Amino acid sequence: MSTAPPDEAELHRRVRDFLAVHDPAATAPRDFLRARFDAGLAWVHYPPGLGGLGAPRALQAGVDRLFAAAGAPGNQPERNAIGLGMAAPTILAFGTDAQKERFLRPLWTGEEIWCQLFSEPGAGSDLAALATRAVRDGDGWTVDGQKVWTSMAHEARFAILVARTDPGVPKHRGMTYFVCDMTDPGVDVRPLRQMTGEAEFNEVFLTGVRIPDEHRLGAPGDGWRVAMATLMNERVAIGGHAAPREGGMIGVVAALWRDRPDLRTPGLHAELLRLWADAEAARLTGERLRQQLAVGAPGPEGSAAKLAFARLNQEISGLELELLAEDGLRYDDWTMRRPTEVDFTRRSPGYRYLRAKGNSIEGGTSEILRNIIAERILGLPAEPRADKDVPWKDLPK
Amino acid sequence: MSDLLYSDVEDDLRAGLRALLAETCAWPDVLAGTEKDAPYDAALWARLTEMGVTALPVPETAGGAGASWREASVVLEELGRAVAPVPFLGAAVLGTAALLAAGAPDLAADASAVLAVPLSTPPGAVLDGVRAADDGRLTGVITAVADAGAAATLLVPAGDGLYAVDPGADGVRVTEVVALDMTRRLSDVALADAPARRIGDAEAVTAALTTGAALLAAEQLGLAERCLELTVEYVKTRYQFGRPVGSYQALKHRLADLWASVAQARAVVRYAAGCAASGDPDLPVAAAVAQAHCSAAAVRAAEECVQMHGGIGFTWEHPAHLYLKRAKSASLALGTADRHRAALAGLADLPA
Repeated sequence: MSTAPPDEAELHRRVRDFLAVHDPAATAPRDFLRARFDAGLAWVHYPPGLGGLGAPRALQAGVDRLFAAAGAPGNQPERNAIGLGMAAPTILAFGTDAQKERFLRPLWTGEEIWCQLFSEPGAGSDLAALATRAVRDGDGWTVDGQKVWTSMAHEARFAILVARTDPGVPKHRGMTYFVCDMTDPGVDVRPLRQMTGEAEFNEVFLTGVRIPDEHRLGAPGDGWRVAMATLMNERVAIGGHAAPREGGMIGVVAALWRDRPDLRTPGLHAELLRLWADAEAARLTGERLRQQLAVGAPGPEGSAAKLAFARLNQEISGLELELLAEDGLRYDDWTMRRPTEVDFTRRSPGYRYLRAKGNSIEGGTSEILRNIIAERILGLPAEPRADKDVPWKDLPK
Repeated sequence: MSDLLYSDVEDDLRAGLRALLAETCAWPDVLAGTEKDAPYDAALWARLTEMGVTALPVPETAGGAGASWREASVVLEELGRAVAPVPFLGAAVLGTAALLAAGAPDLAADASAVLAVPLSTPPGAVLDGVRAADDGRLTGVITAVADAGAAATLLVPAGDGLYAVDPGADGVRVTEVVALDMTRRLSDVALADAPARRIGDAEAVTAALTTGAALLAAEQLGLAERCLELTVEYVKTRYQFGRPVGSYQALKHRLADLWASVAQARAVVRYAAGCAASGDPDLPVAAAVAQAHCSAAAVRAAEECVQMHGGIGFTWEHPAHLYLKRAKSASLALGTADRHRAALAGLADLPA
């Protein structure tokens, strides 16, 4: 039995019907979110039974607005960015029916937070060089290795993990993608303090971690293809959000400029106007990307948007310190903390300047993004490679 | 937020124009045209007029196509790609926008009226080169007017008014000057007690220049995109040291940045065209942002096109110089990027 996916009017009717039965004020948030998932009103473009109704993705925003207007509890997406942005679409695309059943509902409700175990000390831009080993062991796998740059690892119930399962073949072919239970006794999470003084990230040491074979995503040896799908989702998530004019870091500096005529100089004025125009161009590019996604035609502009976002944040935060002059010499607080989200506007200008340095490194360095644009979009030839046909175990490390 | 994508109608319009320009306006034709006396490609201009694409924003009641500046912006992208030597900017954009703002759309139907201002004029500039006598006759000089050689009517700002002048009348002298951009001819216009008819107020000129800045950005986008394409094609086939030069990161990363800049140009151009089409009060900001971005993007694309083609790109027998000359001239036209950023100081409340 199949029925046509609901249109906008039908979706909105279902939201109203749902709210009539589930009063947000009288329902425990967790129960409300579970019921919303079961009604197919969580992510409406997901299939029926998995939190959606197979509706067009563009209709999600309208559904979210209706729930927000009714005072419904949210699923705190900022706490589960990896889960919602990367793990969920990967599970949907590559997972078994049992995996989708098990993982997607508590992921969406925020009951289970997810993190990502991809990068390693020896595998950053060259992710496929990773050395964490997963060895077949009876009805499961045993994993040993070290991962790094893992945000939310200390709160996560599960991780998406890529590990080497066959060192005897060239590196892109010998990896497998898993779901790792972060409560396994072999998982050791240690905060990784960064230049801002905080520890948004962790190092994760994996020692004899047991993973049942049912927690494998995709075929053994197919980990690279699955990971690439995950990373494409990440870049769309980083670059493709809509924002109002002056909605980003430029708004902070523009407000400072208006408030403090005493700080103004001709050179900084020219610089501010240049960055204001650049920020507006970047904002419109992000908006155009969002419009493309809404009609289901995602363009490759996501890579351009992330490149621009990193450069702008770095230049604008640098300008802010110069503008502040003496006050730019201060810093708010070097205390080691473990924030659960990054908010550029909440901390001091010095924090913004330092944190922005990560923008051109995390989620694909700007240099790797340029390679991707050049090779995949413009079709330019790859550089000659030394690692293409050599078994991973024989590569220089 | 306005629609930043292209409609099916716009896609069809683009495809039709691209086919026409490929057939009649390939770069060897354009290069050959630069050494002829004819100031523009009259046959191509006639075809464009027949198609109706020179009167897209003119209402049907006034004999136009009843479309908008959005569609006209797509036309400019295609003309920019081809560096087509037609008076579209001076007549179908600046002239038409001035006539629409002055409330004289009937004169815009055949896109034969050209706005007589120096091409470098930014929106809002004071124009005091011509004065009107009490009897309405005009005297003065306007230098570096784009497309004046194609004008059946010159639209001349003088004092607080906008005047229509017949370029063939006594007291009017239009003298072509040698221009850096060989594909958009410039003329000096001298008026000596020339007969003129007042058709509107000087505010129409500011409106025309603002719309012009928004639309010129589309031409710059088309040009930048074409330069990027030509360069990418070339570096894939040019071998040095046993490898295509396009396999070196030193070139790949610059081309990736250029591509990103073109992707941004498309977004700002669509926004500016949408604002022009709907009369959005944000048009001055949109036009300034579009010019600040696209002037630089087009110049960079053309300069990289020359550089990455190496020696052949420096020759007369390669189209790169046609693009470079157009791009650099266009970056000076209707206000430099710096002037548009300076305008943002007032528009966005970021005072010096």
